[in-house]
Amino acid sequence: MAALFPFSAIVGQDEMKLALLIAATDQSVGGVLVFGDRGTGKSTAVRALAGLLPAMRVVKGCAYHCDPALGDCTHVDTALCGETDTKPVPVVDLPLGATEDRVVGALDLERALTQGEKAFEPGLLARAHRGFLYIDEVNLLEDHLVDVLLDVAASGENVVEREGLSVRHPARFVLVGSGNPEEGELRPQLLDRFGLSVDVKTPTDLATRIDVVRRRDQFERDTAAFIARFKPHDSQIRNNLEAARTRLAHVKAGDHVLEMGARLCMALGTDGLRGELTLLRAARAMAALDGDGEVTETHLQRVAPLALRHRLRRNPLDDAGSSVRIDRAVRDVFAPREERRAV
Amino acid sequence: MTLQPPAQPLFPGDADAWSVAIDAAILLAINPQSLGGVMVRARSGPTREQWLTLLKSFLRRSTPVRRVPINVTDERLLGGLDLAATLKAGRPLAERGLLAEAHTGILILPSAERLDGGTVARICSAMDQHAVAVARDGFEFVDTTDFGVVAFDESYGEDETAPPALIDRLAFLIELDSISPRHPLSTTASLESVERAREIFRDVTVSDDVITALCGAALAMGIVSLRAPMLAITAARALAAYDGRTDVNETDASRAAQLVLAPRATQIPSSPEDDREPESEPENDQPPPDEPDETAEDADLGEQQQLADVVLEAAQAAIPAGVLAALQVEKARRARGKSSGRAGAKQKTLHKGRPIGVRRGQLGAGARLNLIETLRAAAPWQTVRRREPLRTANDQRPSHAPQAGGRQRVQVRKDDFRITRFKNHAETTTIFVVDASGSSALNRLAEAKGAVELLLADCYVRRDSVALVAFRGKIAEVLLPPTRSLARAKRCLAGLPGGGGTPLALGLDAAAAIADAARRKGQTPTVIVLTDGRANIARDGTPGRPKAEADGLASARGFATAGVSSLVIDTSPQPAQQSARLADAMGAVYLPLPRADAATLKAAIQATTSAIKTESSVAR
Repeated sequence: MAALFPFSAIVGQDEMKLALLIAATDQSVGGVLVFGDRGTGKSTAVRALAGLLPAMRVVKGCAYHCDPALGDCTHVDTALCGETDTKPVPVVDLPLGATEDRVVGALDLERALTQGEKAFEPGLLARAHRGFLYIDEVNLLEDHLVDVLLDVAASGENVVEREGLSVRHPARFVLVGSGNPEEGELRPQLLDRFGLSVDVKTPTDLATRIDVVRRRDQFERDTAAFIARFKPHDSQIRNNLEAARTRLAHVKAGDHVLEMGARLCMALGTDGLRGELTLLRAARAMAALDGDGEVTETHLQRVAPLALRHRLRRNPLDDAGSSVRIDRAVRDVFAPREERRAV
Repeated sequence: MTLQPPAQPLFPGDADAWSVAIDAAILLAINPQSLGGVMVRARSGPTREQWLTLLKSFLRRSTPVRRVPINVTDERLLGGLDLAATLKAGRPLAERGLLAEAHTGILILPSAERLDGGTVARICSAMDQHAVAVARDGFEFVDTTDFGVVAFDESYGEDETAPPALIDRLAFLIELDSISPRHPLSTTASLESVERAREIFRDVTVSDDVITALCGAALAMGIVSLRAPMLAITAARALAAYDGRTDVNETDASRAAQLVLAPRATQIPSSPEDDREPESEPENDQPPPDEPDETAEDADLGEQQQLADVVLEAAQAAIPAGVLAALQVEKARRARGKSSGRAGAKQKTLHKGRPIGVRRGQLGAGARLNLIETLRAAAPWQTVRRREPLRTANDQRPSHAPQAGGRQRVQVRKDDFRITRFKNHAETTTIFVVDASGSSALNRLAEAKGAVELLLADCYVRRDSVALVAFRGKIAEVLLPPTRSLARAKRCLAGLPGGGGTPLALGLDAAAAIADAARRKGQTPTVIVLTDGRANIARDGTPGRPKAEADGLASARGFATAGVSSLVIDTSPQPAQQSARLADAMGAVYLPLPRADAATLKAAIQATTSAIKTESSVAR
């Protein structure tokens, strides 16, 4: 597998990077969908995220790397002894053409053939527990796999019943999908599972484009030196991410911000409460990343497009894009107050 | 809206096609992996074979060349369980797929235009990651692979195009169809000269000026993707290596621009001097760490500008004259068809269509069992199954099972069932919106009904479902939700009374809701509106022409935005401006109902609906 392009070396695409960092700060935000033009570094950014994530504590020997803090691991006998280990946060790629048995887990073929034993071999969902599950070309994902994912993502648990085996294990992961809308649309149920969505566009100003191309050239010609050059920047992001995670629990969201969030969702007519909830969670993570102790309107405004863009109903009377509609709603909801303040 | 002339996108068809093709072969042979490959627009024939032989002559004999059949299975493409070897050895053995086998060599894709999205995505993913990740049939492994692609685009007509995701990743787009097979193929290049270039390719450096020039040229020619300038830079490096140099000069950059950028041009740069973006703009960009400050040396700027101009001029000269016009048409069409995605247009079903592979699944609901695959799936588990008492598997009845110790049959269980998947074009839902207002009733509502009946017959032939919306007075009614029963549609229509106002906007909104629902189900909606366009009831039910018409046009624009194919049949005695405007707003085909007999009418309608058909198939 080729070396990973450093996260901090990605030119521009701030919204995409922000969305990924928010999801890494608060995994309960519920996943990131990156849709957009070809060749904009969608998958590069997601894969680069793997190099950034701080390590996590796991129950020693547990195949599902359970969190020792929860104390609910039943997969190893020694779990109660409190032995722990550190492991990198998994970023698991769901390769195209993956078969269902490898996604959910199945009988261990090797042991069945050589020893004639039945043993469960965990699949990709087990590997992704507490980490990220990345699906490139998510709109090309087979329907039966989408069903499995929706099921597991909703329950946080993977249940396998096959070959007389009955296994259930925790599978809570951040779903990250990327794709090009020209290849097909996403099923609404799956779209709804993603907490944040990003529209990526190819940069159109020459200076940025030159920068992108130049860095790619440098990366390909001398990978090691390039990675070394950006290492300090990557560590800086990692430290900030770690700090944000610890800060997150203490970030307050006042009544005013809650109200503004609700008003914004109402103005946009988003369906259901999920949008509002995601908006606030994302704003809280945003505040934590900024090093603030309290969510402000600015945080709300910055994450609004990410959290709400894909939840708008298609309005036949409005041919403006969803980003434009959100901008407009943000202006409408927030502007009067700011004017009052100015007076 | 008019029918567009057939587009000939992307490929230069001029006289020096051979020299371009030869250069592409040489450069690809120098480094297939980093150049991605070549898209060859050529039908099978002697010219194509000649070119392929030439390319192979630049490669060492041991270089793997693999051909991907059009309906390749995932098993063969990606790899997976090697059943025969596994059973023989008694332990799981994996088989490498074509993508992994092509490592360090060439992957040939005949009929690239007919590859389905999934296959293209798998190939592209392997190219991007230089590896193929397999998670199939009890195996999980990653095979390193680095290959160049030679894709043959054999498309006829406009409704076939090579996959854009693939075009984006291949450095060269060449055209061989215009070359006569008798045209002599001459080149001094040889395996040795290519090998020499391959050795120094890694050491070739590219100056910032060249990068700037190629990026500038790409942007000036309207090439959006950033992969194009990156590939152009790599091509320039290969050109320098071929010439035995380790630095890219002006000639390399210019030729690279001609080979890689020119065939992708979507606009002709107006003037190299005034069209370019000012170079000193990166203020809002965070300064790249430890990178030399480019603006420091002002003296260099003139030289840099000069190089940029030369490169752009060279590339521009290589844009064939016809390409621009054709591309503008293409672009307009793509903008219209944007929202009709492939996934919706071509559906995977369990019942009919072209088989596209198998998956694990349950029998029932008409699913077709794939016996061979089922047996293959069961085979590795036989040992373990024989060892266990039969009672544990509750899907097997002990009475039918052979007694343990006796001759065992193959034990197949529910988990082994593999069903064949088929791909099928999604059905079309035709939504009729009939204006039953007083003005329309006066103006030949009966004839409109007749027209709908003719269209219904047409729908029957195509097995489309139909829906019927009528509007009159102050309301719009869905007389018939989407159905296959054309008899019901006919009855509904016949009993439709006329009279009252014309709430056009309401009628269109109702149709839009049905179209949206159909699309969610993966069907392709087509809307046919029969009206005289004389709206006089606004959306809120208030009378008044100006507001009613404005509302109607606003609703109509929704269809254009959503990319729904539509047809407006003007039922007024003389072709009316209002209906034409309506058709324009909807992005619809406009058809004035002529004062004519049924046969003429039918001919007109058929011509128009087939136009819609072509349109929507192109949009995919």
